[in-house]
Amino acid sequence: MRGWQALFYKEVLRFWKVSAQTIAAPVLTALLYMLIFGHLLEGRITVYDSVSYTAFLVPGLVMMSLLQNAFANSSSSMVQSKMMGNLVFVLLTPLGPVSWFAAYVLAAVVRGLAVGLGVLLVTMWFAPLSFVAPVWILVFALLGAAMLGTLGLIAGLWADKFDQMSSFQNFLITPMTFLSGVFYSIHSLPPFWQQVSHFNPFFYMIDGFRYGFFGVSDVSPWLSLSLVAGAYVLVAALALQLLRSGYKIRG
Amino acid sequence: MSAISFQSVSKNFTNARGTFTALDAVSFDIQAGEFFGLLGPNGAGKTTLISILAGLQQASSGRIEVQGLDVKTQALQVRKLLGVVPQELVFDPFFTVREALRFQSGYFGITNNGAWLDELLECLGLADKAHHNMRQLSGGMKRRVLVAQALVHKPPVIVLDEPTAGVDVELRQTLWQFIARLNREGHTVLLTTHYLEEAEALCSRIAMLKQGKVVALDDTSSLLKNASSNVLRFKLDEQLPPELAAQARVTGRIVQFPANDAAQIEHYLAAVRSAGLVAQDVEIRKADLEDVFLDVMGAAS
Repeated sequence: MRGWQALFYKEVLRFWKVSAQTIAAPVLTALLYMLIFGHLLEGRITVYDSVSYTAFLVPGLVMMSLLQNAFANSSSSMVQSKMMGNLVFVLLTPLGPVSWFAAYVLAAVVRGLAVGLGVLLVTMWFAPLSFVAPVWILVFALLGAAMLGTLGLIAGLWADKFDQMSSFQNFLITPMTFLSGVFYSIHSLPPFWQQVSHFNPFFYMIDGFRYGFFGVSDVSPWLSLSLVAGAYVLVAALALQLLRSGYKIRG
Repeated sequence: MSAISFQSVSKNFTNARGTFTALDAVSFDIQAGEFFGLLGPNGAGKTTLISILAGLQQASSGRIEVQGLDVKTQALQVRKLLGVVPQELVFDPFFTVREALRFQSGYFGITNNGAWLDELLECLGLADKAHHNMRQLSGGMKRRVLVAQALVHKPPVIVLDEPTAGVDVELRQTLWQFIARLNREGHTVLLTTHYLEEAEALCSRIAMLKQGKVVALDDTSSLLKNASSNVLRFKLDEQLPPELAAQARVTGRIVQFPANDAAQIEHYLAAVRSAGLVAQDVEIRKADLEDVFLDVMGAAS
């Protein structure tokens, strides 16, 4: 086993040991959204002609949970290790920046996918669901989880305390996921807010992901893929640079 | 080639109140196989120096080499050579003792070291705690795990930053027996401690730091030889007159005067008697490392 694999395995075991909190709880939350929004809005909103509102909601909820939990995994692990001081065990090892990056981001991807799959399994019974282009589903799930896992790593390196971390989560990640078209198509918005939504990177992740299910989307999945992939390269480069310089972890 | 070479290492911290120099051009070498003591009062810069050595902090200037490798530019190779026991009592609450050791080995790319982990657990008195969660352990037990974690990869250079702070006599004995064995087997040991009798017993050479500067660097035996050779020690129920107290080291009822010969001893005893005081339990002992330490620290201020 290579060094980074040990760190990756440790990071996976860390959330797996408390899976009631890290997997079951977000799945339950998504189920509640489905019960309430699906019940209230089914039949009142038409998003795409061919797709019921409840069916439309499923991929949105899956992706939202996946993104939020990928972010939560790397960010909370990093902040916790920094605050408890046990990050020193990793700092003292010959693991380089790329190993850190791979371990933290991949563990976040695993957590994101596990939660996403859980949400899919409990919500897919509410509406007939199609899987028109499974490769797009997988590509956007992986890329979205990696993106948020990487953002979580950056936020975890940056934050010195839990309250800074939760500001990051509450004032940035949660609004951006909620306003990305989880619960609605941005075409239902006034033109101004449609324009604003196009600046939200989360919109493209959810829109591309949804395309994989229904074969319809607000923008072309290729556009979404290139924007998300392009943004990911920048975010990953930033995370690697922070790790290389020892930002806030090697004084 | 030195096991560790500190070359004019300086560290400045800048905060709102200005710049603070934690280390001021610290230079000394530790040879392979040495048991080396780094002593100094709190805030002298010991932990900062060790943090820079371990790559946890960066020096403002100067360099450190471990077996000829630069800790900054060859950091990853250096960390394979070092086993560092941090001063803070930290642990990962998610795992058991054995899991913690297995992960630590894994970070070094080592997987097949079960026998060595068993030996570490055995020698550090942790065998019956192997499957306990880290949270369930007492402070002393957590400290032992820290030592074990630092040794999973059998590092040639072992760095212990106050490993016996706040731990009981039994652990100290166990720990020192084990570390002394590793030292006999060729591992270099760098130790910081506030227990000067430990340093005197274990370390063949000692550096003393004060306010970021090296104020003494010598063989332990030479340091002891050069100190005032004897100490007059007695107990008093009353206060010592101020002019005498200024020359003495007073710890509660215990009064100690550095004394080089019989005349000085007689002088102090006479002074005490003429002040109308009664010295009890009078004894004359050889100066120890604590006396040397206080001498050096006093002279350096």
